[in-house]
Amino acid sequence: MLAYLIRRLFAAAVMLVVIILVVFGIFFLVPKWAGVDVALSFVGKQADPAAVEGVRQKLGLSDPVFVQAWEFFKGIFAGRTYAAGGDVTHCSAPCFGYSFRTEQSVWPVLTERFPVTLALALGAAVLWLIFGLAAGVLSALKRGTLWDRGAMVVALAGVSLPIYFTGLLSLAIFSYGLGWIDGEFVPLEESLTGWLGGMILPWITLAFLYAAMYARITRATMMEILGEDYIRTARAKGLKEQVVIRKHAMRSTLTPLLTMLGMDLGALMGGAILTETTFSLPGLGQKVLDAIQNQDLPFILGVVLITSLAVLIANLVVDILYAVIDPRVRLA
Amino acid sequence: MTDLSKSGAAVGEPTGTSPTPKAFLEVRDLKVHFPTDDGLVKSVDGLSFQLEKGKTLGIVGESGSGKSVTSLGIMGLHTAGQYGRRKAQISGEIWLDGTELLSADPDEVRKLRGRQMSMIFQDPLSALHPYYTIGQQIVEAYRVHHDVDKKTAKRRAVEMLDRVGIPQPDKRVDSYPHEFSGGMRQRAMIAMSLVNNPELLIADEPTTALDVTVQAQILDLIRDLQTEFGSAVIIITHDLGVVAELADDLLVMYGGRCVERGPAEKVFYEPRHPYTWGLLGSMPRLDRDQQERLIPVKGSPPSLINLPSGCAFNPRCPYADVPKDDVTRTVRPELAEVGSKHWAACHMSQEQRERIWTEEIAPKL
Amino acid sequence: MSENAKDEAVAIPAQSDGTRSEAAGTATLTKDAAPGETLLKVTGLQKHFPIKKGLLQRQVGAVRAVDGIDFEVKSGETLGVVGESGCGKSTMGRLITRLLEPTAGKVEFEGKDITHLGVGGMRPLRRDVQMIFQDPYSSLNPRHTIGTIISAPFKLQGVEPEGGVKKEVQRLLSVVGLNPEHYNRYPHEFSGGQRQRIGIARALALNPKLVVADEPVSALDVSIQAQVVNLLDDLQTELGLTYVIIAHDLSVVRHVSDRIAVMYLGKIMELADRDLLYKTPMHPYTKALMSAVPIPDPARKSTKSERILLKGDVPSPISPPSGCRFHTRCWKATEICKTTEPPLKELRPGQQVACHHPENFEDQAPQDVVLLSDAKEAAELVSEKALAESAQTSAAVAAEAEAGTDRAEDAATGAEAGAGSAGSAGSAGSAGSAGSAGSAESAESAESAESADEEPPAKEK
Repeated sequence: MLAYLIRRLFAAAVMLVVIILVVFGIFFLVPKWAGVDVALSFVGKQADPAAVEGVRQKLGLSDPVFVQAWEFFKGIFAGRTYAAGGDVTHCSAPCFGYSFRTEQSVWPVLTERFPVTLALALGAAVLWLIFGLAAGVLSALKRGTLWDRGAMVVALAGVSLPIYFTGLLSLAIFSYGLGWIDGEFVPLEESLTGWLGGMILPWITLAFLYAAMYARITRATMMEILGEDYIRTARAKGLKEQVVIRKHAMRSTLTPLLTMLGMDLGALMGGAILTETTFSLPGLGQKVLDAIQNQDLPFILGVVLITSLAVLIANLVVDILYAVIDPRVRLA
Repeated sequence: MTDLSKSGAAVGEPTGTSPTPKAFLEVRDLKVHFPTDDGLVKSVDGLSFQLEKGKTLGIVGESGSGKSVTSLGIMGLHTAGQYGRRKAQISGEIWLDGTELLSADPDEVRKLRGRQMSMIFQDPLSALHPYYTIGQQIVEAYRVHHDVDKKTAKRRAVEMLDRVGIPQPDKRVDSYPHEFSGGMRQRAMIAMSLVNNPELLIADEPTTALDVTVQAQILDLIRDLQTEFGSAVIIITHDLGVVAELADDLLVMYGGRCVERGPAEKVFYEPRHPYTWGLLGSMPRLDRDQQERLIPVKGSPPSLINLPSGCAFNPRCPYADVPKDDVTRTVRPELAEVGSKHWAACHMSQEQRERIWTEEIAPKL
Repeated sequence: MSENAKDEAVAIPAQSDGTRSEAAGTATLTKDAAPGETLLKVTGLQKHFPIKKGLLQRQVGAVRAVDGIDFEVKSGETLGVVGESGCGKSTMGRLITRLLEPTAGKVEFEGKDITHLGVGGMRPLRRDVQMIFQDPYSSLNPRHTIGTIISAPFKLQGVEPEGGVKKEVQRLLSVVGLNPEHYNRYPHEFSGGQRQRIGIARALALNPKLVVADEPVSALDVSIQAQVVNLLDDLQTELGLTYVIIAHDLSVVRHVSDRIAVMYLGKIMELADRDLLYKTPMHPYTKALMSAVPIPDPARKSTKSERILLKGDVPSPISPPSGCRFHTRCWKATEICKTTEPPLKELRPGQQVACHHPENFEDQAPQDVVLLSDAKEAAELVSEKALAESAQTSAAVAAEAEAGTDRAEDAATGAEAGAGSAGSAGSAGSAGSAGSAGSAESAESAESAESADEEPPAKEK
């Protein structure tokens, strides 16, 4: 188990380095291909050539590639100092550079915005796991009944309806119509209940999509597992049906779901952006949209790096959970 | 004895009529049917037999003959995994040590399962949960029926693993099934099924997935354990060699029914049903000089949804035309006594069958 | 030499394709190779599957599935191959049909080296070598009609049979006992036995010379098994086919084979004519294997005593035991079995055995008498009766051999046996096998050879 853990950690570290290099590659190459002068887009369109040259010096854009790569890499872990003549700017530890548009350092914006997105994603994940699994298991156990069919119709709706539709629908009903929920985002520091109130609809909206998918997969997996020989063995021991389901069938059902979860957490960004836009949450989503529109490369790269890191950590956790659940994985 | 009377008395030979049976296990007119989209699958369609403690009954048949469903029916596992609306239908009586299982409270039957009756399955790799250690699984089986702490239960598990011949049981108890070889897994499975000293052990194709040398080890083990524990054993297999090794009595199934049943020696040496002849003739045998040709049964096993009318075996039977008036195709033969404790369900007269066996079949085997 | 062949095949598959098909063409003209001629020859065949581990996928070992085997298949005969799961018999089948490429060794078909032929180079040979698989369900494409399935070989080989493809397929269907009108049906409409017949029809389509059948009947019910076994029998008589039949069921193998190879952990332990193998098995493993088969005769229920139980499990093919691979489970194993691998040697005409201490024959290493501790344990699982019987038969055979040497020095059995027992002493300088056997012997056995040396003269009296 320990060896497995070390191997996984090592693989994650290697992956992180690779991601950073790829991100740097994008940063370096995309402007070249697109015919964009980074220094120029940093300074602004009607800049005088001296200022542009100064920025170019300061950002080290005329250095050889590997020097730039090293600086970029170093910036993330140790911080870097931009210097051109007397103009010295220090960008401390996780340095992702400066936004083209606002000239703000990217990192503080990320740290301000990321927690909201993370809270949205994790909260939704917890919700969809609970409801998806429960609905799936019940459907599997009550196969062919009204409950099963109803749940599967709802699940089908959940999979096929777009987020902005379900989001707006829930806003219309619960916030504007019934007036149960305010729907305004309130920072956690100010009020826990306010924060929960603001997050609950986005959570439900985002979770609905995934819960539907998980319910369908859970149902299918559960039905397959219930036909396994070892479930029959468990029953032959005289275990109560409840124990058979909970202890024997559930554990096996979890493994494919876990694999899915690892992948979904990565793909979640897209869903989160839509949800944040629909509910006007101050997460990364809106910023990313802006950045894409403005070709604000440093910011986009910052978001890519931080979400990659999140995915990496999520996958590491999933891998470890996987090994906890399935002993055969530990040997592989 | 060619009586075609369908009166219950003649039919009910093995069951008798007394409500409380004397036998340890008595199955009366067991039927297990599964409704499907294509029709009703009559997996077991009127099966009766008895079994005493300390004895072994071999149930032989091909795939789809209903032999496995019979064992699941006895264990009350035939509906297991069926959560839909189409549940298996079961009828008849199963008496285990004075309790009728089909009419008993399901939770009472559950409490008997694993304690008074237990089961070994064909493929020990798929029959053991891949995520739990062998020890955990045996401990669980023990603690369902015994109110003891985990430590005591684990000691018991080690003891059982040792008994079934697993080396270093105190270490192997913490291994996972995938760390065991096929033979070891089946030993562990046997240890698990015997952990509560059951009085009835059902082994469903216990050695089919194993190599022949491992099979020999396992058959030996089952035999030894039966002598030691004195339990009743039902062994279900398609391999006549395996039943000959273990069984005292033999029950040959075809199309969900029993076509012949009796003491193993009788069924092997004086079989009185053409299907039994077919099975014996199909098998190449190591204990005889080289046979020139095998004598196969023509055709394929029947569909359990549309069993042939009359005798289910008639389309494959080379002697279907021996009885007069096309009776084989219209009337279903019932089991009739052909010798002491020996029954067969065939329309041919006993003299005819005796002649065919001694003159035509036996010399070619 | 095999290196060269490899290079050639890898470098110019297209070219070799042309020349080979010509060769194959002439071969098809001489279709019916005289019975008894060597059709397939395998020498030193090996297949190691690498085990890779870690991020860099370093090779940390290999599963030695087939680890150096030699045999020949003669035209018109049936070679049965038996062994337990993991002994490499299926891998061997895939090697000789070249579905897998050997790691080392040589496969010759009709005298032609096919060891490293590429896909193109093999194409003309696919006509002559066909395979039948175990699972009649998964080896047939469920979306194709059986007409399509059986006619596929014609299309692949670009052959237009006389009278058209459809007529030929229907003929094949009736040959294997299926209704020719079922041409347009799908595999799921057939029972297991019928599907296996379809598989056989497909294999027969191109009139092959060699058919390799991997567990052809083990997925079938008993009554259906017999049908298929008889069908294979009939086809061989009618079409003069040569079979290699791989199976785990010893009774089935005995029924269908002329000669039988017993495999254990990637090696052939014994290769003998059927009757010799079953009546007087020489390798202890063969004997154990046969005694383990349950006999369908209830009278023998109590005669458990005849059985030889093997202890434990088959060792891992990743690190097989040293010397004789069976020594860890053998009740006759001595020091030499642990140190020296016994060569597969023809101890009696028609019976090759790889054993130092064969059953039913003179001991090949009589100087080595101290049993390994493993062997003592193993012997406890062997019934007294079987042990006594084995000692008795060995003695009887030894006596017979003695008588044989009296009569004629050059009697094959006598010479072989003498050479074998002489060991490294090499007193009987005549037989070449004496040298090879001798060089294989360990130093320890050389020491004790003195005692062995004294025996042959005694025999000559």
